[in-house]
Amino acid sequence: MILQVQHVTKRFGGLTAVNDVTFDLPKGQILGLIGPNGAGKTTLFNCINGVYPPTEGKVIFNGKDITGSPTYKAAALGLSRTHQIVRPLNELSVEQNVVVGACYGREKLGLRKATAVADEVMEFVGIRERADQLASSLNVAQKKRLEMARALAARPYLLLLDEVLAGLNTAEVSSMLDTIRNIREQGVTIIMIEHIMHAVMSLSDRIIVLNYGELIAEGTPDEVSQNPEVIEAYLGDPELAAQLLEEERA
Amino acid sequence: MKRIRLPGLWITLILVIGVGVIPAINGSASLRESMFTILMSVALASSLNIILGYTGYVSFGHIVFFGVGGYLGFYAISQLGWNILPAMLVGGLSAGILAFLLGATVLRLRGAYFALATIGINEAMRALVINIPLLGGPVGMEMHFSEYKKYGGPMQALWMVYWGVLIVTVVTIIVSYYVKKSKFGLGLMAIREDEDAAEVMGVVAPRAKTWAYVLSAIFPGIIGVLFFFKNGNIEPGDAFRLQFSIELIVMVMLGGAGTVLGPVIGSGLYQQLRKALLTSPIFKNIQLAVAGFLLLLIILFIPAGAVGWLRAKSVKLRRVLE
Amino acid sequence: MALLEVHDVNSGYGELQILWDASMGLEPGQLTTLVGSNGSGKTTLLRTIMGQIKPWSGSVIFDGEDVSKLPPYVKADIGLIMVPEGRQLFSSMTVRENLEMGATPKRARAHMAQNLEKIFTIFPRLRERANQKAGTMSGGEQQMLAVARGIMSEPKILMVDELSLGLAPVLTLDLFMALRKLRNEGLTILLVEQNVRMALKVSDYAYVFNEGKVDLSGPSSEVENNEEVRRAYLGI
Repeated sequence: MILQVQHVTKRFGGLTAVNDVTFDLPKGQILGLIGPNGAGKTTLFNCINGVYPPTEGKVIFNGKDITGSPTYKAAALGLSRTHQIVRPLNELSVEQNVVVGACYGREKLGLRKATAVADEVMEFVGIRERADQLASSLNVAQKKRLEMARALAARPYLLLLDEVLAGLNTAEVSSMLDTIRNIREQGVTIIMIEHIMHAVMSLSDRIIVLNYGELIAEGTPDEVSQNPEVIEAYLGDPELAAQLLEEERA
Repeated sequence: MKRIRLPGLWITLILVIGVGVIPAINGSASLRESMFTILMSVALASSLNIILGYTGYVSFGHIVFFGVGGYLGFYAISQLGWNILPAMLVGGLSAGILAFLLGATVLRLRGAYFALATIGINEAMRALVINIPLLGGPVGMEMHFSEYKKYGGPMQALWMVYWGVLIVTVVTIIVSYYVKKSKFGLGLMAIREDEDAAEVMGVVAPRAKTWAYVLSAIFPGIIGVLFFFKNGNIEPGDAFRLQFSIELIVMVMLGGAGTVLGPVIGSGLYQQLRKALLTSPIFKNIQLAVAGFLLLLIILFIPAGAVGWLRAKSVKLRRVLE
Repeated sequence: MALLEVHDVNSGYGELQILWDASMGLEPGQLTTLVGSNGSGKTTLLRTIMGQIKPWSGSVIFDGEDVSKLPPYVKADIGLIMVPEGRQLFSSMTVRENLEMGATPKRARAHMAQNLEKIFTIFPRLRERANQKAGTMSGGEQQMLAVARGIMSEPKILMVDELSLGLAPVLTLDLFMALRKLRNEGLTILLVEQNVRMALKVSDYAYVFNEGKVDLSGPSSEVENNEEVRRAYLGI
């Protein structure tokens, strides 16, 4: 198991954003993390990679308890992530952005080696021609690729992708899916938060579903998409809706 | 034409050394004095650039390191009879240690809160020094004129101090350049662009920021000793002059924050402007207002400063101007 | 005639196109809902109607007039009011102060006292908490306040973005009931909602949005039973 999330709960004052979530992740898998808006998916990611510590529960990465460790410790151990809203280092070039990832990632490389790794990763992800461009000059799809390149340059064991397909057109989505498959070929384990259903279903080995902070389903894409609780979560509770109608009629 | 290695560094050094040796060549004492002021500003601005330009933390009260280093070094010279070289070491070290301690506290704050806190630190140090009789209290300390005899008389001492400031300035610029080109510098710039994202990538921000702050403090500490030795006395108002601190920010921004050449050009330009203003009876009293207004214009219209603006023009310029 | 018409609107952010020839209309006095999966462009459509994003082509017609290029504050003045996703309340101000802030358009300011009374009747819980700081209330109460603040602006059309987002199911019932009450009093409402079932039960007319355009539309009772809805949401 590369990652073990054990009874992780995150509360913000009176609001429970993540409630007692437990799952294991074997090495080399692509795990899809889905759920309606506001279900707590990004909050769960934040608890895993250390943006903030969980209120309760443990996060075990490669056998090491990293619960509450700062994000730079996670990166040093081989846990990288991308952000839902991309965060490029704007005034630095594309190449510099990726070199930062390589320098400060798992392998802690010196500048020269890091530049070589950055070169490789930029090529792999498809942004090498833009190496000298300022990060701020890229369009959304390119910025998403930069975000991935930065995370990959750290040579992670586990990569957390947060809605990396959002805002891409059909062609870009298809291309990005290929890239993600290639990343898995390289031996990187992946957890991806996604809303584009056909993408998650086709790419994931396994899927977990979050709703109102709770894990409501776990299984293969087929199992999950047939699961009535999952369908209810996305479409809404039929009982509640019926209740509304009754009250209306009364 | 064959590619020269490190053109950015050489251009800056040649500029500084070239202009710096002029007083030596024509032997004018008054030129030497104005050059001293300019070189001192260059070194202070370049140091400030490390925490402001590279790391993105706007240190408004940076002059505190000049003051603390100056005070302790001056104490060593005037009260303990030390030689200037070890005194400079004390100045640099004390400033560095102060920065290191502050790193654990003040650097946790961001943006405007950090800026305000640095002003607070400066004022607190000034108040502290006023209340320490050992350091001369509100009156400060004086150095006996005979101290200069150690170095061959006042004339020799002043020239020695001038070479001292030139050397320290050159060292500051070289350090600034190598920081910018290093993995450490890249980490600082990542922090400047997006500290949280940088940490997610593995940059240990608290540690990097602290070392940047320490590095930016050492040279002002050393320069403080040279300046007050030349002055012959030191008092709290001179050592912790907030106005000067703010002018340093203008110099860095005017020339181009985050570049090596920027603070150099910015200091030169600003000091010339200041000299011109001081001779005019109208502007003499509103010097700080002019500085503030200039800062506003820079931030609104050319936030990258002169060198930053030039670098954005073409890839060739980017290679040559660091 | 429809109170609001959106004709073949194309828009997006920067180079990224989100809406592709999107068209829809709001009949006066009806509660119309816009449903669709995340990223389908629902919020973008609202923001384009509101003027926060300029349409690249196409038009937005309000009460017979082309308002496509008007900025948001002018739209608010003429009666197009939006309750944004995530509420965006003034958390350090009290409930009453937030409501008073809602009465910014001139006509609304004149009737502020009457409207406050009306709000407190529809939302008795807000009357109870009138002097409480908005930020200290529960999520459901905050959402209630956000809608109420919108009403204080005397809207001709009230557009609500994601009413139930992040709220526990029990709280959302009250909110949907309140919207229904408002519609019964004659208010024209556009509800963007991810809780499809509730949205379809509470609305009169529905548009199903997918990849930046309307996939399907019709009276809500008909749309409810359509298999395409499930597919649009779950991609299966």
